[in-house]
Parts: sequence; structure tokens; C-alpha cells
Amino acid sequence: MSNLQAFRDETRDWLESNCPDSMRKPMTSADDACWGGRNWVFKSDDQKVWLERMAEKGWTAPDWPAEYGGGGLSKEEAKILREELKNIKARSPLDSFGIWMIGPAILKFGSEELKRQHLPPIIRGEIRWCQGYSEPNAGSDLAGLQSKAEDMGDHFLANGQKVWTSYGDKADWMFCLLRTDPDAKKQLGISLVLFDMKTPGVSVKPIKLISGSSPFCETFLDNVRVEKDQVVGDVNQGWTVAKYLLTHERAMIGDMGLASAGSKTLGMIASEKLGLTNGLLSDLVLRNEIAKWEIDAMSFSCTAERVRDESKAGQGVGATSAMLKYYGTELNKRRFETLMRVGGSDDLVWEGPMSRDGQVAKTWLRTKGNSIEGGTSEVQLNIIAKNILGLG
Amino acid sequence: MALILNEEQLMLKESAKGFLSENASIKEVREQRDSGSTTGYADTLWPKMVDMGWSAILVPEEFGGLDFGNVGMAQIVEETGRTLTASPLFSNAIVSVSLIKKMGSDDQKSNFLPKLASGQLMMTLAIDEEPHHNPEKIGMMATEEGDSYLLNGKKRFVIDGSTADKFIVVARTDQKSKGKDGLSLFFVDSDAIGVEVERTQMVDGRNSAFVVFKDVVVHRKQMLGQKNKGFKPLSSVLDLANIHLSAELLGICEETFDRTLQYLKQRKQFGSLIGSFQALQHRAAHWWSEIEICKSIVLKALQSYDQDDARSPFLASIAKAKLCEIAELSTNEAIQMHGGIGMTDEYEIGFFIKRARPAQMLFGDHNYHVNKFAASCGY
Repeated sequence: MSNLQAFRDETRDWLESNCPDSMRKPMTSADDACWGGRNWVFKSDDQKVWLERMAEKGWTAPDWPAEYGGGGLSKEEAKILREELKNIKARSPLDSFGIWMIGPAILKFGSEELKRQHLPPIIRGEIRWCQGYSEPNAGSDLAGLQSKAEDMGDHFLANGQKVWTSYGDKADWMFCLLRTDPDAKKQLGISLVLFDMKTPGVSVKPIKLISGSSPFCETFLDNVRVEKDQVVGDVNQGWTVAKYLLTHERAMIGDMGLASAGSKTLGMIASEKLGLTNGLLSDLVLRNEIAKWEIDAMSFSCTAERVRDESKAGQGVGATSAMLKYYGTELNKRRFETLMRVGGSDDLVWEGPMSRDGQVAKTWLRTKGNSIEGGTSEVQLNIIAKNILGLG
Repeated sequence: MALILNEEQLMLKESAKGFLSENASIKEVREQRDSGSTTGYADTLWPKMVDMGWSAILVPEEFGGLDFGNVGMAQIVEETGRTLTASPLFSNAIVSVSLIKKMGSDDQKSNFLPKLASGQLMMTLAIDEEPHHNPEKIGMMATEEGDSYLLNGKKRFVIDGSTADKFIVVARTDQKSKGKDGLSLFFVDSDAIGVEVERTQMVDGRNSAFVVFKDVVVHRKQMLGQKNKGFKPLSSVLDLANIHLSAELLGICEETFDRTLQYLKQRKQFGSLIGSFQALQHRAAHWWSEIEICKSIVLKALQSYDQDDARSPFLASIAKAKLCEIAELSTNEAIQMHGGIGMTDEYEIGFFIKRARPAQMLFGDHNYHVNKFAASCGY
């Protein structure tokens, strides 16, 4: 126990002297996040310094092995680090699909060479990754994907089209599902491959969303050369890797239900906007709606805690990421529907200072995608029904 | 503290499951209901529960108890939700014991707690006066007269009130007070002069009582806690009672779900098992997710209460509000997914909705606790 206490003290001291003041203030918008990569322009010197210092210690990926540049922390230590970061309200030094998604897959399934090549730049925020999964005709039915990689002897030749590539226009490398055996059954002929987005034949086109932003792209693959050593796991076994990776993605999106709750509760925001009458929120119907949301959000956050603690203790049913993804994203959508009701006509203003250029409205519209990306709510319910409840 | 059960708590849950399935299945609930009994629970079951030590779980060791804590107790309560077991466990061993533990004088503790632990004394809280729970709207008066108080008023929905030896009665000792102020609690014998008890059989087959107090003389030594300051400790015990009711409702949710899931895997229509239909799969998956959410908030509320966490009143209302909502979902979905057979008295699934609603209503339903939660958040 005393070792952990010592670690906590050291961590607290180190954060105190190394986390810049401006990195301890809540983000004002999603634009304040740091994604890293070759083309990244830091928003401030503090943002740069904060990333460099954390990366140096490997604390952008606290529980990855130190030999690849990770923090090498035990689960308990990583938890302490999270708590101490939360205590000083530190911003995340790096948001990264490398850390959240492909990194864990490379660690579990990748060759030693792949680990040495890719993990250190991910941890340092030097390479930004994107995910090539969905296709125009393979959304919920992901295993129906048709983009292919032909075996050319010393390399693969990739052709096809990917869609909903998050930040594809800003990413440096792609992890991509391609059909390597056209004759095998659906799930059996797929491989997970890695390639540089600068490779000739890769082109990217942003998709404008109802929120006005373009976080997703279409990615076209036209005779793209993929090296043979850039396959994660075995050739034609990519579906297994992809499923593992999707579990991570689900956990990540599910968590957003909590993360975006921010420092002000819905009740506080509504009280400021609408005022109180005799100590009660002036709109009683809205008061009821908000209280019910907060009750669900609190219960959900306890569930994330319980699932974590159960898996540590080897109890529980496992495979709960589908439930967390389903519930968390539906909660987040509800939160923004309610926020829009709280804002009234003010938050329906698309441009101008009254609504900070429609900030709530744009986020509200963006949340509609939460229950579509990473597997729709309906797909999550299918997974629960089949894998957990055993309904065929 | 990890949000999971420890080994002792898991063992208690297992032993409760075993005991109840042997001694108190829903078959017994039906027999009890149809027997014309006036107690609302099987008389032979309570002594066995006492033998299991369940009546002593919350009683401190110095008064003959086990002092095992509420997380443990709630594992039993959850299992009684699965089997719909009626017993004085809640009114006696949870509510009365907790009130005396929190508010009692040394004399009252050493007088009553051992008897409650050994199951000899039957006691229950008499608080509600209207069809909706509201501890701030007590109209019952206790007027001081020398060494005694004169009690006048009416109480309803007094759980196990027709079999209780004593009531713990909430009354106003300050005639001019309103709301939370001026409330005191008294022990009153059920056979005292001026006490009239009317048994009311409820929709779940259990008994509650309508009790009239007319010029009932109670000695001031029979006051529980401080004069005019009863609300705060009472409120804390009501929070605890609501967490245990949430645990019982959780058991009901789990059991109705398990039984319905089995049914989805047996019943065939259109040549297929109805569990293969996506319309039902999605509803079942959503329902299961809600129950997972419920498990977490009940355990969180229990742990926080046992740790004297300042957030426990807040968590108690979250738990009760959430469990009322999902108990309603569960009992309704259970009947709907069973179809016609779910409407028959012969089949057991319909018993659950009839127990769930009184448990939801007792000490504040969903709406009451949503409102209490919002108020405690300052809006």
C-alpha cells in the first residue's frame, strides 16, 4: 500500500510542476483538444509542452509496456494517475485513435517489428491514425466489405472505397480492413492492414455533416501498395482483430456519455438559464425531465465503475461493452435534446455570438451520430441479445 | 472501495437463495394468499428466518446481533424480491432496528434490540397519513400533559400493522410547527387504550393497517429520540428503507427478466421460437441493460450508506426512483411477452406486478424521489 502512496505523492508533485496552468482549465470547445500527428499545429506552447512532457514519461499511454515507450504502470498506478490528473482538472495531453484503438490491437496481435515501428510514434503523438472500416455497402453489416487487397507476391495491392473515415483528411496512417481471400466465407477472408496515407493511390474527400462540420471522410484506394509486414495478426484473420478493436471503440464511445457531462450539471445550466421560482426550476416539466436524466446518468456512471471493478475481480458477465455503448450514447443524445430545450430559441441560432456560433446546436446534431458510429444502437442490442442473452 | 460484493456478502446471498428456494417459493406465496390467513405472511417462516440469523443482521453485537451491515442484509432482501417472500424482515429487522439503533436511548436499545434480534418482538413504523408518502406533512398531534403525551390522529399503509406488538409513531409535538420541524417519535403498544387497528389486505396479499389513535396516553419515556428533532434521523432511516426496497425491486426485476427470457426460448409461434424475433430481442436487450444499470446504483447506495457517506440521501433517492421505473418496465414487459398466459392467476409471472407496486409506493414512489432528488440538487 505504501508503494502506491509513494507513487501518488510523486505523481502529484510531478504534475504540479509539469502541467502548465492553461492545461488545467476546462476545454472551451472540441477545438482545444490535441490530436498530434505530422501536420498538427499546436494551439499554444503550453499544449506542446504538456504533450511532450507526458509523452516523455510514457503517460499518454500509461499502462503500455515501457519498452515501447509506454508508462509501464500497473492497473493501480494507472488509476492513481487518472485520479491525480482529474484532481487538477488536467486536459488530456493527447486524443488519439492510435492509443484508443490500433495501439491495443498491435499490442495484442502485432509482430514484434510492428510494435517497435508503430507504438513509440503513437505514444509521442507524432503519427495520427484513422480507421478504414465501413464501406458504402458495408455499414452495420461490416463483414460484407468488398475493398480488397490482392497478393502480388512481395506486397498487396489494395483497391476499393472506405467511408466514415474519422479525420481521414488529417491522419498520417490508416488501419484498414480489406478482403484478402475473395472465395472464403464472409468473415474469414479479411485482413487488418496498415499503410501510410501518403502512399500513391490514396485519396480522401471530407463529408459535410448536418452539424456543419466534416469529421468524417470518404477514402478511395486506387492500386495502393501495402507491405506484407504491415498485417496485424495473421492474413485472413483480420475479423478477430477487428472485433477486439471494436470492443475498444465501443468502450470509448460509451464513455463519452460521461465525459461530455462536463463540470456543470444539466440542472445547473437550466437553473442559470430559466431561473428558480420558490426554489424550483421555473419550468416544472423540464425540471422533471432533467432530474430523470441526471438519475440515469448517475446510475450509468456507477455501472461503468462496477463493470471495471468486476472485471478486475474476475466477476461479472463480461462482454458488457455493447451495453455501455448502447446506453451511454443514448444518454448523450438525450442530454443534448434536453440542453436544446433549455436553450430555447437562443440555441437555435446557427451563427453569431448569441449562441457562440450555434455551439450547442452543432454538438446536439453531432450526437445523433453517436448511436450510429461504432455499431448502431440496434447492432448493440443484437449483440446483447445473441451473445449475452443467448437469443438466436 | 470497489463496487462489488465481498466474499462474505456473496456467501450470504447464496445461502439466502438456497434457503428461500427451499422454504419460501412462490408456491408458498399462493398458498398463503389462498389460506385466508390474517397475518399476511407464513407464520412458520419467520422463526426459520430468525434461526438463520437474519433478524439480527443489523443489530450491534453488544445487543445480541451480528452487525453485518446493510450491503449484506440487502442481498437477502434482493433474494426475497425474487421469491416474493412475505415476512416481517423489512418492518422489524430493517426499519425498526435501524430507527432504534440511530435514535434510541441506552435503555431503549438494551430493552428492544435483543428482542428484535431474537424475533420475539414485532414492531413497525407508522408514518403515512395520506395516500402519498410525505414525512413533512404530518398532521398527527402529541400534546404534552404532565409526564405523558396525548396522541390523536390516523395512520395508514402501516406495514405489518395488524400483527405488530408496538408501533413507532411519528407525531407533531410542537402544535405550531410545520414541515420538518416539531416532529417526534413514540413507541405505542398496539393494544393500548384508544388504539384501533384495522387490517387492510393489499394487492400483494400482504397486510398493512389503518390505525386510529384517539387520546392515547404515552409516557414521555416512550419517546424515541429528541423532542421536536425527529425529522433528521427519521429521514436517514427512510433513506435506508428506500435503498432496501430498491434491493427488493431489483430482485423482482431480475426474476421477471429471467423467467421471461426462459419463456422466449420455449414458446413457439409462426413455427419459430419467439425469442428469435428481433422485435422481442431488442426489447429484451434493452430491459437487460436497464437491470444492469439498476444493480450498480443499488450497490452504490448501499455502500455509501454503510460508509456514512454524505451523498447517501441523494443516492437513496436515485436508487428508489430508478428501481421504481425499471420495476414498472420489468413487470409490464414480463406480462406482455408472456402473452395470454401472463394474464392468468394460475401462472406465477402475474404475482410480481402485484408485489412491485406496493414496494414502489412505500416510503415514496418514483415521482416522489425524482422530486426529492431535484430539490436536493438545488433546482
